[in-house]
Amino acid sequence: MAMLQMQRIFIYALKKDRKSILEFLQRRGVVEISDSIPEDSLFHKADMSYARTSFEKSISAAKEAVEILNKLAPEKKSMLSMLDGRKVISTEIYDAFKTKHESIVRIANQIITCNKVIAETKAEILKLEAQIEILTPWTTLDIPLSFSDTKYTKSFIGTISREWTLEAIYEKLADYLPLNVDVISSSKEQTCIFVLCTKDKAEGVYDALRAIEFSHPSVTSDKAPAEQIEDLRKRISDAHTTIDNAEKEIIAFSSSREELLFLQDYDKMRYDKYEVIGQILQSQNVFVVNGYIPQKEAQSLEAELSSRYDLAVEYEEPAEEEDVPVLLKNNGFAEPLEGVVAGFSLPGQGEIDPTMIMAIFYYLLFGIMLADAGYGILMVAGCAYGLIKGGKNIENSMKNTLKMFLFCGISTVFWGVMFGSYFGDLFDVVATTFFGVTKVPVIPPLWFFPVNKPMLMLTFSMALGIIHLLTGLLMKMYQLYKQKYYIAILYDAVSWFALIISSTIILMSLDMIKNILGLNVTISPVVATSSAVVAIVSSIIIILTNGRESRNPFKRFLKGVYAFYGITGYLSDVLSYSRLLALGLASGVIGNVINKMAAMTANIFLGPLFFIIVVLFGHAINIAINALGAYVHTNRLQYVEFFGKFYGGGGRSFNPFNMKTKYYKVKENMKNGY
Amino acid sequence: MDINNFGIVFALMGAAAAALVAGAGSAKGVGMAGEAGAGVVTEDPSKFGKVLILQLLPGTQGIYGLLIAFITLSQIGVLGGESNMSLAKGLLYFVACLPMAIVGYSSAIRQARASVASMGILAKRPEAFGKAMIFPAMVETYAILALLISMLAVNGVTGINI
Repeated sequence: MAMLQMQRIFIYALKKDRKSILEFLQRRGVVEISDSIPEDSLFHKADMSYARTSFEKSISAAKEAVEILNKLAPEKKSMLSMLDGRKVISTEIYDAFKTKHESIVRIANQIITCNKVIAETKAEILKLEAQIEILTPWTTLDIPLSFSDTKYTKSFIGTISREWTLEAIYEKLADYLPLNVDVISSSKEQTCIFVLCTKDKAEGVYDALRAIEFSHPSVTSDKAPAEQIEDLRKRISDAHTTIDNAEKEIIAFSSSREELLFLQDYDKMRYDKYEVIGQILQSQNVFVVNGYIPQKEAQSLEAELSSRYDLAVEYEEPAEEEDVPVLLKNNGFAEPLEGVVAGFSLPGQGEIDPTMIMAIFYYLLFGIMLADAGYGILMVAGCAYGLIKGGKNIENSMKNTLKMFLFCGISTVFWGVMFGSYFGDLFDVVATTFFGVTKVPVIPPLWFFPVNKPMLMLTFSMALGIIHLLTGLLMKMYQLYKQKYYIAILYDAVSWFALIISSTIILMSLDMIKNILGLNVTISPVVATSSAVVAIVSSIIIILTNGRESRNPFKRFLKGVYAFYGITGYLSDVLSYSRLLALGLASGVIGNVINKMAAMTANIFLGPLFFIIVVLFGHAINIAINALGAYVHTNRLQYVEFFGKFYGGGGRSFNPFNMKTKYYKVKENMKNGY
Repeated sequence: MDINNFGIVFALMGAAAAALVAGAGSAKGVGMAGEAGAGVVTEDPSKFGKVLILQLLPGTQGIYGLLIAFITLSQIGVLGGESNMSLAKGLLYFVACLPMAIVGYSSAIRQARASVASMGILAKRPEAFGKAMIFPAMVETYAILALLISMLAVNGVTGINI
């Protein structure tokens, strides 16, 4: 349970080493750079936005190129590839990439160009096909559509809407004889006609045709339509060849996929590096890096740096009011839950890291809510498999998630055994349905069946809740002690602590409560009376002191009374733990329902087969829904009930200058680099 | 006709109402959250897992309803066994199921609206997912309290001799 002590670090070095020092810092990833020193006449900040834009461009080009590649030449990936983590490569490869950089960017651009060609050609094909469609009714016409006149004749080639017979057309044009009409083709929508008349009648014929909605075809050409269609077909097939070639060209680049991925990472690292260069102060020959470093890393970093370069390192304790970044450090048991704490908020100014204490309750509460040995074993097995399969190279976030559910699973197994739940009552159902066993339960619970004794389970849940809340108050005491508000420990924490315990004892001594909860405890009158005294004294302390920031005595008293009203908050907090009972019963009873439904199939044909299907399917759904419920409500109990007692958060997370890459990580050739 | 024959009718009505009304609320709620979630996933498919968690939150009321219905069914002997009971007892079962049915319905829908709002947090500030999850979970408390009372009541009615 700790937050790492942070120090301010100043590194003064020569500009000629700038690139290599910054790359070294980036690979070590233990310094958060800040730009809090102002510029002066000697030291300036450089504007690096131009360089960064070019990196951004090549990153997005490489990204697009990989997407295109993946579409045309998909890479086979197994389900477990998410466990693999980033590939580790050496600094030599990193340095060597510099010479290749330009050619890879060119490859990326080439892929994008090819893809553009493909898209354009596809559009072209659509256009050509549309033309063919227009031309198809004209195929039997053996003169070009653009043909218009000879020396003495004028021709009209076009369509009139709807279906017409030759006679009907002649009838319309009877006034302008002699002329020739050919119907090239006709359909319900339109009739394609060729009309030839003498030039002097042309105007009249055109008007007559217009009257029956004549229009010229939307494509024209100097070739006969049939020939034209042939040409178009050829152009389409050429276009297909172009697409094929472009695709082949892209696929040929698939050997460069790795390099394209690395290009993204490489330029991302350079992008971050240039961001830092833009933040540090530089004079003609010297530059200054300023930032935060965890104290325990400081010595080794300084040693490594000064063994390689000529530089000076200086430390400074951060000032009280400074916004120091927070980095949590916990042991393997609690570490997976740092993410849960960060999901609420990191510890703020003067607060303690609650992860370790929270971890104990987290696993405990999760286990009680799911409480099924079978489900727990599945969770443990799945997470353990993932951790082993992922090995050393697994990413930290994935590892922590798996570890968290591994511990949750262990707790689930424990409570499953306590409450006698193994895939609901699967063993009992199988034993009675298929083996005629009459003595159930096959495996009795170590403690009790919550379904049979819900009140006992409720009491247990609420008792656990009180312990959880009191632990929260203890955390508050510790925190106030650390912050040196000694008097507040008595006023804000001890008084409540005493009030909660004494009122619990008073409630337990009441017959009504004892009857409801089915408790069989006798509280001696002395204890009950002294609890009453303690409760009254602590109430008075709370009422008199909790409004102490107000100077007006009347206001102070009212504020104190209002604070005392907060006791109802404790009541609702404790009742909130009844979700342990509700969720625990939900997973158990739904499991039983599934088993019962499965057992109904036992007597039909192929019964055992159906039984297995229903059981597998049903429990798969049940474990998913209830694990989700347990996860959400464990978080809620921690965030609202537990953290509400002492924890405010508001810390800023430590964001070191490191390799924020997606696919690769560069490893310095040394033992302790990470 | 013996009026006490109606005991089992009311008892079954209670069980059915718990599953039906709470289930209808959850169906509506999960649907609402799903619509919002689909929008988030359109923008960023990698958020699917988290969206799914938020979508499923209003789904629990239906499960609690099922739970109460199941407990009631097995207590009143519909799933096999003796199913004779007085009218009064049947009515008691009916009333015992009401908290789950009614609170389940309305809390599922209210929770869904909180879920939909939380989808907005997830879309714009994915790092605040922990907080986004808590808002809908706060509503669920009341469904859990109703579940608790319904469950204790159903269990309690079984022991009453009328």
